[in-house]
Amino acid sequence: MNWITNYVRPRINSIFSRRETPENLWSKCDGCGTMLFHREISDNLNVCTSCGHHMNITPRDRFAALFDGGVYSEIEVPEPVADPLHFRDSKRYPDRMKAAQKATGEREAMLVGTGEIGRTPIVAAAQDFGFMGGSMGMYVGNAIIAAAEEAVRLGRPLVLFSAAGGARMQEGILSLMQMPRTTVAVQMLKEKRLPYIVVLTHPTTGGVTASYAMLGDVQIAEPGALICFAGPRVIEQTIREKLPEGFQTAEYLLEHGMLDRVTDRRRMRDELIVLTRMLMHMPPPTWGDLPPPGPEDRTRDDAPGAAEDGADGTAA
Amino acid sequence: MTHYLDFEKPLAEIEGKAEELRAMARENEEMDIEDEAAALDRKARELLQDLYTKLSPWRKCQVARHPDRPHCRDYVEALFTEFTALAGDRGFADDHAVMGGLARFDDMPVVVIGHEKGHDTQSRIHRNFGMARPEGYRKAVRLMEMADRFRLPVVTLIDTPGAYPGKGAEERGQSEAIARSTEKCLQIGVPLVSVVIGEGGSGGAVAFATANRVAMLEHSVYSVISPEGCASILWKDSEKMREAAEALRLTAQDLYGLGVCDRIIAEPLGGAHRDPQGTIASVGAAIAVMLKELSGKDGASLVEARRKKFLKIGSKGLAA
Ligand SMILES: [Zn+2]
Repeated sequence: MNWITNYVRPRINSIFSRRETPENLWSKCDGCGTMLFHREISDNLNVCTSCGHHMNITPRDRFAALFDGGVYSEIEVPEPVADPLHFRDSKRYPDRMKAAQKATGEREAMLVGTGEIGRTPIVAAAQDFGFMGGSMGMYVGNAIIAAAEEAVRLGRPLVLFSAAGGARMQEGILSLMQMPRTTVAVQMLKEKRLPYIVVLTHPTTGGVTASYAMLGDVQIAEPGALICFAGPRVIEQTIREKLPEGFQTAEYLLEHGMLDRVTDRRRMRDELIVLTRMLMHMPPPTWGDLPPPGPEDRTRDDAPGAAEDGADGTAA
Repeated sequence: MTHYLDFEKPLAEIEGKAEELRAMARENEEMDIEDEAAALDRKARELLQDLYTKLSPWRKCQVARHPDRPHCRDYVEALFTEFTALAGDRGFADDHAVMGGLARFDDMPVVVIGHEKGHDTQSRIHRNFGMARPEGYRKAVRLMEMADRFRLPVVTLIDTPGAYPGKGAEERGQSEAIARSTEKCLQIGVPLVSVVIGEGGSGGAVAFATANRVAMLEHSVYSVISPEGCASILWKDSEKMREAAEALRLTAQDLYGLGVCDRIIAEPLGGAHRDPQGTIASVGAAIAVMLKELSGKDGASLVEARRKKFLKIGSKGLAA
């Protein structure tokens, strides 16, 4: 892959993401109802400055804040067969796809990139809840496989940010088959002793939770995120009783032993740097506002300070 | 008494009439009804043929859920010898929705695991209608590990509406349990063959069916979501399950076309519930063939083949 053609210029401090209308300068926090100026929100990684409520963040905005200097190179995802089942409900699936692409400016519900965080080379994948609810179909499966293969090739850890309402129903059984497919991807990493860190964001549900999102070496969640297999409404209908306050939130799962940590988005990057560096046997990080890696650093792409065992930068 | 499905009403009428005639003849020896009854029998058979050769996807769902359809326990009793149930996840409980243990298939020791729905009110409640909790998947993981350690092939029988959506199940990590079970399926270095005998409900089915070979009974279904669930989400109307069943492509025939199902096992005319013994025998024959195909392969190549198979799924869609 040509590094230069895939070089992504960050939109540093962009006031509006493509998804927001310029007229709408103010947003109301879902958590506390405070009216917040857009710039205030985006400067704070879409976390409410008043109550700390974590709002959704697009994969591009997340990557811009995650990677050193906001620079990463996007990894190409093999394009799957379009509309494999010829699915239609009230709309044709290709029409739903087009609408989602237009609304988000994205091709599909997952973005994969590679770059450095605190000078730690990683591969990152982020699911896009704004794109058809982040739902997992063939493309998302291919993206996770591509991310794992790239991580294995470069000998880097994979950090995955999950966010999904579940499987892409319009791809029927093929969406379900992403559970085993993505599990194979996770196994590729584990066999090479490369760290696989999952950051569960709001919401992570259904088949996504029941596959790659629960198989991390370290499981971190953002505060308040809904994380479940069956959603609260389905459960309430089944057991015919009200669920307790905070049921299936990140904090609830932490308490029930299903997560390692719940971490504020604004501290997530530092935490990921600390964890990946320890797991990769790298020295403690140098803190500070690091610029993007210079050309001399880029040669390290193929010779990372990776674990000795098998992670030699060659494809599996 | 036969349990007729809604679309079998006309059949129920004809068979009812034939039965009535015969009952009358038993009481009145002078009556000669045999010609008439035989004609009704022929008509019933024709109708049955007609109904079952063109079952819509929704009707297949109904057949797959038929209460008299042979269930996991029936297969285990008929096809395996020395079945010795092994219980418990060693952490919390034994899940009665999942049965599993050691058994012999054609004298060969194997591990058999499957969802069991139950056959009457009491056993259905006991089995939680075949909806497993985390303990069920963790029991399966434990049994698959044992199979791997002792080099025993694994046979799984799939028949579940899905994983149980309950409070405790979520608290005890339903997602994680399913993910680990799927992961274990992909790791074991022994042959793993699955048969979808009824309903292959979503993640609950994948957790056992990530196999080297997946066979499906002719009228079984396997889907990411139930047609009712899909209808209520996409059509905003759970009564649109017929349309949803159609759109989801959940039949054995469609799944064969997509490469998710490797083999379709024919059912007797009128569905498995009209001839359970015949159906069980066909499933047994299919299991024997699939195990034979995999015998002699070493662990690493079984794992590799399984992975490749799943990575490849979806590389082609259905023909237009
Ligand atoms: Zn707020």
